This record gives sequence, structure tokens and C-alpha cells, in this order.
Amino acid sequence: MSGVRVLVGTRKGAFVLTSDGARKQWDVSGPHFPGWEVYHVTGSPADPDRLYAAPSGGWFGQVIQRSDDGGLTWEPQGSKLLYEGEVGPHLWYDGTPRPWQFTRVWHLEPSLTDPDTVYAGVEDAALFRSIDGAQTWQELPGLRRHHTSTAWAPGAGGMCLHTIILDPVDPARMYAGISAAGAFRSDDAGESWRPINSGLRSDGIPDPQAEVGHCVHHIAMHPARPEVLFMQKHWDVMRSDDAGESWQEISGNLPTDFGFPIAIHANEPDTIYVVPITSDSHHFVMDGKLRVYRSRTGGNEWEALTAGLPQQHCYVNVLRDAMAVDSLDDCGIYFGTSGGQVYASADAGDTWDAIVRDLPAVLSVEVQTLA
Amino acid sequence: MIRVVLPAHLRALARITGEVQLEVDPPVTQRAVLDALEARYPVLDGKMRDHVTQQRRPFVRFYACEEDLSQESPDDVLPDAVANGTEPFLVIGAMAGG
Repeated sequence: MSGVRVLVGTRKGAFVLTSDGARKQWDVSGPHFPGWEVYHVTGSPADPDRLYAAPSGGWFGQVIQRSDDGGLTWEPQGSKLLYEGEVGPHLWYDGTPRPWQFTRVWHLEPSLTDPDTVYAGVEDAALFRSIDGAQTWQELPGLRRHHTSTAWAPGAGGMCLHTIILDPVDPARMYAGISAAGAFRSDDAGESWRPINSGLRSDGIPDPQAEVGHCVHHIAMHPARPEVLFMQKHWDVMRSDDAGESWQEISGNLPTDFGFPIAIHANEPDTIYVVPITSDSHHFVMDGKLRVYRSRTGGNEWEALTAGLPQQHCYVNVLRDAMAVDSLDDCGIYFGTSGGQVYASADAGDTWDAIVRDLPAVLSVEVQTLA
Repeated sequence: MIRVVLPAHLRALARITGEVQLEVDPPVTQRAVLDALEARYPVLDGKMRDHVTQQRRPFVRFYACEEDLSQESPDDVLPDAVANGTEPFLVIGAMAGG
């Protein structure tokens, strides 16, 4: 019987939530790596028992953990993520230059075909790759050395490379999202990159339509339609139908278009989900109501999904990597909150239940659909 | 025999129970102790000192004999009581919130 495994990274460890295809009864294991900030936990599409996790902390730095048995046991791997060659400056919050400095791994993206190959997006923004199951890491320096990188600046969370998307049709094509630099695309497997931010408008930078400097929060792609990208930007929900060459705003009737995550229904490429929050200065949902918004039209027309979600006195946020979908029929949608709840919908968002309510603040949610 | 006490996070990461005992040839310095510790437990590489600069991480401190040795040169000789195993060398995670 099919099942799902939900991988949850939190401020104080990781948790693995498992259920059968009904998605009603859940087993909860964890905390794994207790006390560590786990920015991301994810699984290999090529081998669902191969998991990677990125615990880190201000005291003792970065750890990369790997499981070969679906999260039952973990082994620490190599954590030497060293920038290649001399590092130049980027902009600090006040516009002054500051040298690149590694802080942590934000996102791990396993290869679609090889369980031993995994990419890491880090702060300060750079892209790394391991081809030996995370034992050793090499930077793909073409992104950090892009001629615009001296103008990149950190968002509130740091200058992080938080989104990595691998094109399932064209193995040479990949995307990266950097806060606050923008979206980038490589057509040569990560060797060289160019910004793809045409159509983005950000009032927080001197030139609102600059080539770089945009605070991209998250980007999503449906594997059946890889030329279409959806983006939740600092403000604005955006869509590209040409692999990022141009972007159009699709915020439509959203009550606010500030938010962090964006996700796509596994079986309906034009059904997308966001969780709007009040504003850049109020990082919590509006009016004390936790509402997921769904568009079945690829944007612009949105409906609030509230059944089973708190509709009063709720002031949580949902971070950029904390929303994911399974690929069952009906599609399951999952997200975790800054309040430690992980909510699941087994009917594409029509109704919701909390799998757990009292975890540490949730940083990431990924879902594996198991055969 | 040098005795080293690690904080809970690093003991868990390296799967260490209790103190670590290390053979370190004289002169016994912070650098020599940490090099020996990382050689036995490679997973600790980069957790107390920066991978590249080998500087102490900002929130890590080193104590021994009721003294804070964090600001001492890594090549200074440690107290005799550490070198002869009477007192442990303590690796501390700085008190800085939860």
C-alpha cells in the first residue's frame, strides 16, 4: 500500500512523520539531531531511503547528516563547504561591501537520478555539489562569481541560496533562488549562470526593475511542465511561462501578496498554493486567521482554504521551504508553521488536520510518496 | 594523558560518552590538543575551529584550571595540570540563549 513520509526540519531538531495512503494516522519519530537548527531535510527521488539533512548552529557550525534507511539511523558526512578561490565582496545591509562568509546550508537538492549526487545552497549565497553521498563537497563557483554578485545583498534571514530546481527534461538546466539577489538559470549544469529577473519589480531597491537585487522567497516548478515557474517574491506572486525569461504578476485577488512558500499540486500543474502573511514588517498571517490560498487557474484567481485551520488568535508564519505536496490521488498538501504545527490536507487543500501541534518552530517540510 | 571534556552537542555528534583521553606529545598546547581530538574524531573538524583559518569559533570557549584560556594563543603551553591529566581541558559552548 502506498504511503507518505513527511520530513520536518525545526529550530531544535528534525522529525519524520509517516502514514499510509489514507494519511489519517501518523507515526512521529524524533527529534533527530536534537538542539540543532535543521534548515532542511529531504530525500533522494532516485532512492527514497536515502535522506539528507542539514543541521547547523551558531556554536558549532555545519553538519551534514545522511540516512540510508529512510530516517531510522543517520551518519554525519563531510561538512567542509569551502568557497573556491578568493572570495570577493557583496553588499551588506547598509550598502557597504563585505566579504563572502559561509554561515550555513539552507537547502539540499538531491539529483533526480543519482542518490549520491546532491546540491547544497548556502549562506552566503553559493552552490555546492557532492557526488559521493555528501562525503565531500565542491563549489560550482560560476554562480557566486557572476559579474553582478558584488551587488547582491542579504535579505532579513541572510544572503542565502534557498531554492535549487533541477529540470527533469533537460539535465543541463537548473535554477537557483537567492535572497536578495533574484532568480538565476544555468543551461550548462551549473557551470555558468545568468539572472532571470525580467518583469520583477521590488520597491525596496534603488532601481525597482534592476537586473539583480530582488528578494525572491521561493520558486516552484511542476515536473510535467518545466518551462513554467511560479515565484513567491518578498511582495508579489509571479509566474513565468518561458523558463524565467520574463515574469508576470499573478497576485490577483490575494488579500496580501507577501509570503514565503509556494507549491504546486502534483497532478494539476495550474493549481498552486501560497500562504499570505500580513506584510514585510508583520511576519504573521492576517487577522489572526491561518488561510492557505489556492488558485486553480495558474494564478490571479485565488480562494481561501480554511477548513480545519485556526481562524482566530493565530499569528504564525510559514517559511519558504515549509510547504510541500505528495503525489497521491487526491494530492496531499503539507505545511509547517513557526508555531510548531504541521498541517496536512489529504484532499488538495479542501480540509486540513494537524499531524503534530507542538514541535519547535518549523523551518522546512518535504514529502516523499512511497510505493 | 590529556583529558578533554566536550559539550553535549559535540559528544552526541561524535558519539562520545564521558571524557576523552588523548596522548599528546609535548609541548601540550591548545592546537596540539584540538588537532589530536579532531584526528580521533574527524566529525569534530570545523566544529570548534574554522575549517580554513583554524580560528576558534566565536561561540566556543576553552577553560582549564578555573581559567578562561579562550583568548590565549593556540600555541601557548597549557597548564601543567592539564598536561599531566590532573585537570581536564574543557571545550565550552558559550552561554548565549537557548
